[in-house]
Amino acid sequence: MTELNVRFYPSQPKQVYLFGTCLADVLFPDSGIDAIEFLERQGIEVIYPDGQTCCGQPAYNSGYQDEAKQVALKQIEQFPLDIPIVVISGSCGGMMRHHYLSLLKEEPQIQGFCDRIFEFTEFLVHVLKIELKDQGPKEQVALHTSCAARREMGVHLTGRKLIEQLDNVELIVHNKESECCGFGGTFAVKHDDISAAMVADKTANLLDTGVKQFISADWGCMMNINGSLEYQNKPLAGKHIASYLLERTSESNPSNKGN
Amino acid sequence: MSVNQYTPDRTESKYTKSASTFRQNVQRDLANEELRSNFAGAMDYLMDKRKASFPSNDELETLRDQCKLIKQRALVKLPHLLEQLETKLNENGIKVHWAETINDANEIIAQLIESKGGKNIVKGKSMVSEETALNDFLQARDMEILESDMGEYIVQLANEHPSHIIMPAIHQNKKQVADIFAEHIDDFEYTTDVDTLIGEGRRILRDKFSKADVGITGVNFAVAETGTLCLVENEGNGQMSSAVPDMHIAITGIEKVVEYLDDIPPLLSLLTRSATGQAITTYFNMISKPRQPGEKDGPEEVHLVLLDNGRSQAFADEELRQTLQCIRCGACMNHCPVYTRVGGHAYGTVYPGPIGKIISPHQLGLESTKDLPTASSLCGACGEVCPVKIPIPNILLRLRKESVKDTKGGEGELKGAGSNRKATEAAIWKAWSLLHRVPAMYKVSMWFATRFRGLMPSKLGAWTSVRTAPKLAPKTLHERVKARRK
Ligand code: SF4
Repeated sequence: MTELNVRFYPSQPKQVYLFGTCLADVLFPDSGIDAIEFLERQGIEVIYPDGQTCCGQPAYNSGYQDEAKQVALKQIEQFPLDIPIVVISGSCGGMMRHHYLSLLKEEPQIQGFCDRIFEFTEFLVHVLKIELKDQGPKEQVALHTSCAARREMGVHLTGRKLIEQLDNVELIVHNKESECCGFGGTFAVKHDDISAAMVADKTANLLDTGVKQFISADWGCMMNINGSLEYQNKPLAGKHIASYLLERTSESNPSNKGN
Repeated sequence: MSVNQYTPDRTESKYTKSASTFRQNVQRDLANEELRSNFAGAMDYLMDKRKASFPSNDELETLRDQCKLIKQRALVKLPHLLEQLETKLNENGIKVHWAETINDANEIIAQLIESKGGKNIVKGKSMVSEETALNDFLQARDMEILESDMGEYIVQLANEHPSHIIMPAIHQNKKQVADIFAEHIDDFEYTTDVDTLIGEGRRILRDKFSKADVGITGVNFAVAETGTLCLVENEGNGQMSSAVPDMHIAITGIEKVVEYLDDIPPLLSLLTRSATGQAITTYFNMISKPRQPGEKDGPEEVHLVLLDNGRSQAFADEELRQTLQCIRCGACMNHCPVYTRVGGHAYGTVYPGPIGKIISPHQLGLESTKDLPTASSLCGACGEVCPVKIPIPNILLRLRKESVKDTKGGEGELKGAGSNRKATEAAIWKAWSLLHRVPAMYKVSMWFATRFRGLMPSKLGAWTSVRTAPKLAPKTLHERVKARRK
């Protein structure tokens, strides 16, 4: 029997939790704030539990599953209400939605928790069924979807759907889009030379598209790609999709004036 | 035209086979631009071919589910099916030999050849015989063994190992192949035309077939129900190796057994399309009996050597058992961004790429293969294309866990479990875990980190050799959310 990839989505909730991820917390908090603001504009109250830290993925991927498990259990405690948990990173979303199931299989309520996990773009498309009104100038962008986001969460589809809703934005797709950027957490440090070869190719492919900006829903990959582009002194950088959508749909944004 | 002598001792090989030097191998091969471009081009080609051969995604997914279940059903009954296979093969006149280790397998084969007084051996493509390093073993006993698959033949001439399980010489481009021929084949008229090169190779090989006393091949599927050995190939060399010499010895791993003859059509269809994008291969051999009275050709004796070599260890664990579903199509390596860049020799194992990372630890232990499970970004491309749906990334995670766990290496543990646990690393993860499960401590640390971000080094070891360092934000998201609420 074909495994069911179909997910049943709830109707639009009044409240959601936001899981901000540890990377966004200390390195890229703008994207967390932008995600909150964007969701609030859709009439949703966003709760950001102060006790949240990290989904546990770094330890989990390094083989330290007990250490990851303790952190994961602590996260679950922070989200007691039965409302959706929106995660602004595909790979953390994949960790909490899929890997928690095996990591915490003896926890009685684990399936219920995992079912409440939604990646940000997935939530916008499938739960909010959002219709975006583009206020920005004409431009071309590329999309980078993290591998976990693509293969565990199907985010390449929802990300693309959102960009396609922006009338003035043309999405440029390159034929290596589905290839990994070489981040992979500790992989980038443990096997730095392989990772370097991968990010070199990824940045070359992105530069070839000729876009000025690329969009991603995952800070891990973007930290890798942006760091490499900056190191090469290239005038291209990635932006988190929450910030991008907020900017494109805000009338007050100065770059959207005169359009 | 004759083939010059090649050195039988492959310890002098251009590509030393050792997973423990993975890091050095990677450095060597990443720096080799010609090699990189050979792999990049070939993998793009194979990915396109596979994609084109599955026009319907629904059909592909249905077939993958079906084949996964066929292999899982066979594995659940493995001991029983192996017995049934032996009984059926015996009834058919094919003798079965059990080999627990690679040495057992080589001994069995050498003795069989000696029993025939054999000296000239031809071999069809067999990765299991690479696993046992059969060529070296037989050559040490003064037997001449010739690879008859074109790719294997090139690799043998060059004194190398296969760099891919389906395309052994994929690391060589046509110019390099022409150079190898020029070096080893007398009177070779230099050309880089692929068809002419293949023609030259074939001519030499045909001549050898007629003189061979023993033929050795692999097996793709062994059918328990009927006692049939299935061999999938494109060059006809498998058929020649199994039909022309008086003795045919097939060698394969114990996981290749399937229950029913009816299991074969879907597996075959998925195998050829996943591997090379072919709807079917040029040859598909079903070997069920030695030559019968009154028949004009075929070997007088047929033997099957069934090798364990660590497979039982994988079999014993429900999760790791999935590793044995593999039908050796090579799609996982074709789609792997790491394999595409480092190539097949860097792994230092017989099986390279994602499947190599998950099967080699059972064969060689986790200690000497310690760098293999970690050399993955866990991107999941392998699991996505694997025709029998082996969850390769999850198995890599499991092997990482086994590799660093705190163990005394007792009964039931994987070979080499815990051998890569380092006290400092373990302590770091313990501290990390503590920090991230005590929110107050976490927040204070992040507050300090962001306040003193000026002290953060702009060089972060390996990370900043090709990237700038990420910059800490002036205030954490936690703080900004709080400020916003006020
Ligand atoms: S693991 Fe899967 S994709 Fe890789 S060789 Fe085996 S069957 Fe093919």
